[in-house]
Amino acid sequence: MEVFQQLINGLSLGSIYALIALGYTMVYGIIQLINFAHGDVLMVGAFVGWFSMTTLHMNVFAALVTAMAACAMLGVIIERVAYKPLRNSTRIAALITAIGVSLFLEYVMMYFVGANPKAYPDLTGFMAGSFTIHGVIIKNIQLVIIGISVLLMIILQFIVQRTRVGKAMRAVSQDADAARLMGINVDNTISITFAIGSALAGAAGVMWGLYYISINPLMGLMPGLKAFVAAVFGGIGLIPGALLGAYAVGFIETIAKGVGLSTYSDAVVFLVLILILIIKPAGLLGKNTKEKV
Amino acid sequence: MLEIKDLDVHYGGIHALKGVSLKVDDGEIVTLIGANGAGKSTTLRTISGLKKPTAGSVLVDGKDITKMAAADRVGLGLSQVPEGRRIFTSMTVMENLELGAYRRRGGDLSKDLNGVFERFPVLADRRKQLGGTLSGGEQQMLAMGRAMMAKPRILLMDEPSMGLAPLLVQEIFEIIAQINKDGTTILLVEQNANKALQVAKRAYVMETGRIVISGDAAELMKTEDIKKAYLGG
Ligand SMILES: Nc1ncnc2c1ncn2[C@@H]1O[C@H](COP(=O)(O)OP(=O)(O)OP(=O)(O)O)[C@@H](O)[C@H]1O
Ligand SMILES: [Mg+2]
Repeated sequence: MEVFQQLINGLSLGSIYALIALGYTMVYGIIQLINFAHGDVLMVGAFVGWFSMTTLHMNVFAALVTAMAACAMLGVIIERVAYKPLRNSTRIAALITAIGVSLFLEYVMMYFVGANPKAYPDLTGFMAGSFTIHGVIIKNIQLVIIGISVLLMIILQFIVQRTRVGKAMRAVSQDADAARLMGINVDNTISITFAIGSALAGAAGVMWGLYYISINPLMGLMPGLKAFVAAVFGGIGLIPGALLGAYAVGFIETIAKGVGLSTYSDAVVFLVLILILIIKPAGLLGKNTKEKV
Repeated sequence: MLEIKDLDVHYGGIHALKGVSLKVDDGEIVTLIGANGAGKSTTLRTISGLKKPTAGSVLVDGKDITKMAAADRVGLGLSQVPEGRRIFTSMTVMENLELGAYRRRGGDLSKDLNGVFERFPVLADRRKQLGGTLSGGEQQMLAMGRAMMAKPRILLMDEPSMGLAPLLVQEIFEIIAQINKDGTTILLVEQNANKALQVAKRAYVMETGRIVISGDAAELMKTEDIKKAYLGG
């Protein structure tokens, strides 16, 4: 039964990682930038959700939508102000800028709310409940997290595969100049990608708060890093890779905790990443050959 | 009508175009030939807006579009079949064609899709296949079909016969003539000068960033210089 307990825990944690990893991988896919500020967008989302629920007395879903909208806007602003001017400079310049943006978000938030953790309001009604099947405790909030995440993934999949803007996103990530020749506005498409990826991070932030209660301005660091690991794990730039990687990281982490390695669970995650990358340098689903000839 | 005037283009320190001017009248096929590195692709890329010139201008129907973004030029009826095809390899043939019509919001694409499938029957059979799984010749046809989906008035083609078997080269040139007959103006860059001069009405010859010869295609084919330098005779 212990296995099933870890399975459900891993599934909810993996779902949150998946939402974050999707943003990482979409941004990487379209401009080959590792957006190290992505975890901090999650943090901002968590705080927007917290503020919406406590000060503005919104319900959980309204707070979730508000956080997603706020993060979408934040993502677009970050891209336009910090990354766009660097689009033709070196990767290392963009990477350093991303770290700068990350620190900026963390310390601006700290200025406003202080360094001490804040607590999400207690869950009420259905979400506070839990039930037991053959000794496996399932919290309703876990089901809510898994459900919302899967719903968002389905919506994302629909946007990317079926809509005009989704096709433009895929075209730009494959070949920006060829996309221009189709009449696609590349700058707008990149902005939309940031908006979508950041909205998913915002949703993840609120769910993180609901699940773990405590939030603080540096909270984005670890989930951000692990979602990044997840994205690399699956093959960076690939949406299915990000999902696979995120659930893998979620499971590895909960299993490590389950077998009594709580203190080392993060180390185990990174160790497995290193092993995978030694065997498959392009990630689980990545092709080892270069696509562009 | 497409016209470029005194174009200067640099890649960093490399002066790739040095005062290039040329003109393509409505309904014409004009070819631009020249050795490797002469600046043919750079000329096309500057016309389509992928590359910004350091001096000179690009005009469509007398309107200066030098500063217009590449994506917006598609809306004016300017389409490019780029060097190396540049199809979207991890998207299906159908999606590639739909992207060709990206600028034409709304409207029914089925008529135009049928038109493309009629011209390139092999694409109809492969419509669900990923672009990257097509053969070189099929990819070239996809690149051409994709450009046609934009319903261009002026089509820029960069070495459409590159790397294709002789039989296929023949077919591609027949299709080019057909597309032109159906009303599309064409500026054709080619290595295969022989074929290009046969299909074109007028021609420009480029050497190291400059237009060195221009004139009636049939006339140029007969001149000794051209024969020696470009027609292998
Ligand atoms: N992206 C680039 N960066 C630097 N130099 C470039 C770039 N593209 C082209 N050049 C240079 O500009 C000049 C013209 O190149 P261009 O590609 O226009 O020639 P071309 O006539 O199309 O040649 P080919 O027949 O080989 O396709 C060449 O000297 C080339 O090296
Ligand atoms: Mg060329």
